Amino acid sequence: MGVSIQVDKLNAWFGKTQALYDIDMKVEANHATAVIGPSGCGKSTFVRCLNRMHETIPEARATGRVRIGELDVYNGTSATQIRRRIGMVFQKPNPFPTMSIYDNVAAGLKLNGFRDRHRLDEIVERSLQLSALWDEVKDFLKKKSGASLSGGQQQRLCIARALAVQPQVLLMDEPCSALDPISTGKIEELIFQLKESFTIVIVTHNMQQASRVAEFTGFFLLGKLIEFDKTEKIFTNPSDKRTEDYITGRFG
Amino acid sequence: MANLETTADISLPQLSLYRRGTNVLVTLMAASAVILVLLPLGAVFGYLIYKGIGSINLAFLTQTPKPVGEAGGGMANAIAGSALILLIASCIGVPVGIGGGIYLAEYGRNRFGNLIRFTADVLNGVPSIIVGIVAYGLVVLTQGHFSALAGGVALAIMMVPTITRATEEMLLLVPNTVREAALGLGVSRWRTTLSITLRTATSGIITGVMLAFARAAGETAPLLFTAFGNQYWNWNTSQPTAALPLQIFTYAISPFDEWHRQAWAGALILIVLIVLAVSAVRVAASRGMLKGAN
Ligand SMILES: Nc1ncnc2c1ncn2[C@@H]1O[C@H](COP(=O)(O)OP(=O)(O)O)[C@@H](O)[C@H]1O
Ligand SMILES: [Mg+2]
Repeated sequence: MGVSIQVDKLNAWFGKTQALYDIDMKVEANHATAVIGPSGCGKSTFVRCLNRMHETIPEARATGRVRIGELDVYNGTSATQIRRRIGMVFQKPNPFPTMSIYDNVAAGLKLNGFRDRHRLDEIVERSLQLSALWDEVKDFLKKKSGASLSGGQQQRLCIARALAVQPQVLLMDEPCSALDPISTGKIEELIFQLKESFTIVIVTHNMQQASRVAEFTGFFLLGKLIEFDKTEKIFTNPSDKRTEDYITGRFG
Repeated sequence: MANLETTADISLPQLSLYRRGTNVLVTLMAASAVILVLLPLGAVFGYLIYKGIGSINLAFLTQTPKPVGEAGGGMANAIAGSALILLIASCIGVPVGIGGGIYLAEYGRNRFGNLIRFTADVLNGVPSIIVGIVAYGLVVLTQGHFSALAGGVALAIMMVPTITRATEEMLLLVPNTVREAALGLGVSRWRTTLSITLRTATSGIITGVMLAFARAAGETAPLLFTAFGNQYWNWNTSQPTAALPLQIFTYAISPFDEWHRQAWAGALILIVLIVLAVSAVRVAASRGMLKGAN
């Protein structure tokens, strides 16, 4: 089951430049929350702070409080533990190029020391089914490399890989921006189904996409969360002038 | 739709004479560059075969050298000695070199990293005879005698900088998105480096290792006062040991025709063995035998 995310006074820096200012947000469990805003406004930085990927960049740091369910992300838990609870899908599909499709999906478990072959087979199959890729690849799971798939299939493979470690939250950073409309449609459909079992935070620069898949939307501008509300409200009746300007296409 | 059909009929104007001429000229230049590169290689190999093949027989591959004046004998002990010394050199040089490369690529974006990078580049340019003297000082003087170990250390020092820099470059070619994918799954940093980054770069690193290996296999100067050479069989790593390049060197500067012929044969064997070793590793690597347990 998904869990809720509570963000309090989150600040993030790259060296001396601040990228996020005092972000507060409550992400509902088992819902999809969209993060929108013009490019460079800190969307990626924000989601990367949720699973502590931000700190993998040299000189990057973050302060504030993030709670995922009962877990305090920046206090008393290791980064690797956090990342196992919070899966991430990146903008560009990034399967492990030297691994078969099967090994790609199993990678997270195998590399963390999971050795039960039988269970592994089950988890790989279930993850690929969840990401709606199973039927397309089941005949050559161990024969073809992940890199041999099409872009859209690779992205669904990456989703399966993230799901295989059985996270409670799935972060998606512009997961469709490198994909064609048909693959995009498939992934949006997928997000709809995944919401039943996971909490989803999706960064998107596509406002139609946000309104299609997400119940809640946060609008970022220059490192600040300008407005956070029900998606419908944001797109039909925003309270902030800057949100309105952005969604009506006056800038961005 | 009608428009589309007509476009097929539009014929491009003939290329001007100048452009066609340039095309031919550049193609010819590229072809002659290929020939220029392949010619010396072919010539060296052909001449070696011409001079050396006549002296290669079973005795040459199974016997030790005969005393001066006696015909026959072979370089079997030198072949074995080279193998022993290269094994020692690889056991030291490959892990150190790859370890250094990993450090530089994954953790070395600081002043200490720059220092190592600079040192490796300088070491790469140090004449091999000097590397021999260093190994002499480090191993031979402390042990009190010439040895295969000393030769191995000398060749390892030759191998390390090449392997380190090749490993670093190959690891840096691995896109950061691949590292992030692993880290994002909750895999620790060191595990990501070993199981993902290193594995993704394996084939490039193997190329670097084989380059260093082939170069070390042909080195003579570092072995002169380390392995020293030996007329007899030796498997003891702390004893003076024969090596193919040393044996070729000794025979080539000797005044005897028989030894000259054997030197040619030795050189041919050396090249063939290097090519075989490199090919064997490539085949093994492409079959995935070296890709690790995962
Ligand atoms: N690796 C980095 N090093 C330094 N600054 C960065 C880095 N990544 C992003 N930034 C800066 O942080 C700000 C937010 O970037 P990002 O979160 O990637 O924006 P978005 O995803 O909304 O396009 C931008 O001003 C960007 O220039
Ligand atoms: Mg971004």
